[in-house]
Amino acid sequence: MTDPADPGTPVLRLHQVTKTFGEFTALHGIDLEIREGEFLTIVGPSGSGKSTLIRLMVGMDELTAGEIWLRDQRIDQTPANERPTCMVFQSLALFPHMTVGRNIEFPLKIRGVSPDERRQRALELLQLLRLPDDYYDKQIGQCSGGEKQRVALARALAFDPEILFFDEPLSALDYRLRKTLEKELKDLHARTGKTFVYITHSLEEAMVMSDRIAIMRAGRFEQIAVADEIYARPVSRFVAEFMGEVNLFEVSLSASGEPASELLDINVSGGEYPWKNRDESGLLMVRPEFVRFLSASDTADFVVQGSLQDEYALGSRIQYEVVSSTGRRVTVEKLREDRYLGAPGDDVILGWDLEHTHLIAEA
Amino acid sequence: MERLHSRLGLFSALPMLVVLGLCFLAPLVVVAAFSVMPRKVFDLAHLPDFSAYLVFFQQGYYKPLFWSLGMALVSTVILFVVCWPLAFGMAKVFRRFTLVLTVAVVVSLFVSENIRLFGWVLTLMKGGLIEGHWRAFTGEGFESPLYKVPIIIFGLVYVYFPFMLFPLAQGIAMVPDDARQAASDLGASKWQILREIDLPLAAPGIVVGSLLSFVLAAGALAESKLLGGQTVIVIADSVETAFTYGQDWPLGSALSMVLILIIGAMAIFGISRVDLDAIIGRKR
Repeated sequence: MTDPADPGTPVLRLHQVTKTFGEFTALHGIDLEIREGEFLTIVGPSGSGKSTLIRLMVGMDELTAGEIWLRDQRIDQTPANERPTCMVFQSLALFPHMTVGRNIEFPLKIRGVSPDERRQRALELLQLLRLPDDYYDKQIGQCSGGEKQRVALARALAFDPEILFFDEPLSALDYRLRKTLEKELKDLHARTGKTFVYITHSLEEAMVMSDRIAIMRAGRFEQIAVADEIYARPVSRFVAEFMGEVNLFEVSLSASGEPASELLDINVSGGEYPWKNRDESGLLMVRPEFVRFLSASDTADFVVQGSLQDEYALGSRIQYEVVSSTGRRVTVEKLREDRYLGAPGDDVILGWDLEHTHLIAEA
Repeated sequence: MERLHSRLGLFSALPMLVVLGLCFLAPLVVVAAFSVMPRKVFDLAHLPDFSAYLVFFQQGYYKPLFWSLGMALVSTVILFVVCWPLAFGMAKVFRRFTLVLTVAVVVSLFVSENIRLFGWVLTLMKGGLIEGHWRAFTGEGFESPLYKVPIIIFGLVYVYFPFMLFPLAQGIAMVPDDARQAASDLGASKWQILREIDLPLAAPGIVVGSLLSFVLAAGALAESKLLGGQTVIVIADSVETAFTYGQDWPLGSALSMVLILIIGAMAIFGISRVDLDAIIGRKR
């Protein structure tokens, strides 16, 4: 795993990559640098262009404009079969007429590796993916979903790619198996040291596995950063909402960056704000887990009053929905042991501190 | 429950099995019975002997059989090579134009085979459509390709074209696109994809198309008669002659049985190696 803070050596660079389908532009001049050995996850809703992007990177589609560089070699005109990259498909795309062993050996056979050497490597990969040796002769149709997943990974690793791409390979699996394989993938990344580029619409998958996350929307990157950064300091309303439950308040800003809102009671002492005032308005953001229920004597930098509308059990956490006097909903999340000891209908005071508050420039 | 299902299947298929038994198996049994009758008899009330089979070897009837099987084999190979790119286009590339092509090929079947072959005779004969026009413009004629073995094979390819094309297209349609893409992604060239992915996965279509074409071509008669002018005698010709001019039903039956056994063995061997359920779309 790479140090997310270290920019590292870029192994793949995309410069102004554009893809159009007739009148429709799927990708608008994408710039991206993928670092050697990192686990980068590209996340976005359906139709955001992430699958189109991965197909361009592996060479299955031609780009309309722009350049793709692998180290110091331009590869956007290189056909898929001549690129040193490889992809694990959403459908896995295993060859149904071949055994597990022959599937794994396929890229080696294509390169003309001798049968003995192929078999040896396939057995090593079975071991790496924690599949028993006797799976070598097993038919693909006899494997379970998770086993097929591992075979697809083993086949891709047999190719020994510079970069391994994943196109939502876990999306068809049930929750428990997905969770197991997420961890296995992360572990495999650490053990192989390869560069992994993963595509998913599941934020959870991205958060568990990635060094960096790139959020995509309508053919553009909204933000590329480490998971914590994106979660705590999103650059837009879209990213903030995409990364999970969030409370956003429109505020107007003074020249010193001091926010003002009819809804919020703001008591920041000293008036030192971590953000610079670039616009006259913005969105104040606080995640639900940082919002506290206050007693009459408690203080907080930001305070809002309302009544408790509802509560929902989310396993280890409880989510509360509070509606302010002006009808604004505020979401609060507490661990079960810190639950609010009251009932829906109660008048409540909510508060949070400046250190957990982030300003999004867009209003 | 499963037993009930399999019984329901049997009951549902029973009427069809009865019809097939009466219309297909019964005539076969009669032909088989006649093939072991003494020569030139017209009923089955005789002690069996194998004299008709002996004649097959003694009087050189294996030659027409070789011609039939040989020309059927060559035309099947040509059909496969010619139809593969077109079938591939129909299954993977042409999209809605596949329907146009399908209709165009099927419409040709609306005209009887003999009439279409006579059309080729008029086109290719000396003084016909091609040679006639050529001579009219250049003043020099050329020899007609008619009445030679290659033109018979051309006729077989022409007539049995749909019987190879459609099963092949069906077979190629069964090759998953992502498997082809994955193979390319893993470094395979177009030829390697053809060899490693397309051919094995389209095998049911290839086997069915090849069997249909081969079986029909091996029993074909009109091509050798009309286009070949009986340059070579095919086995179907010998069977017809034995039943009609020769008035030798046992010989005709014995010749038929030899052909049926050879083709039947090939068909069973071929079909046993493919997954017919896959090609009729019950599973993938």
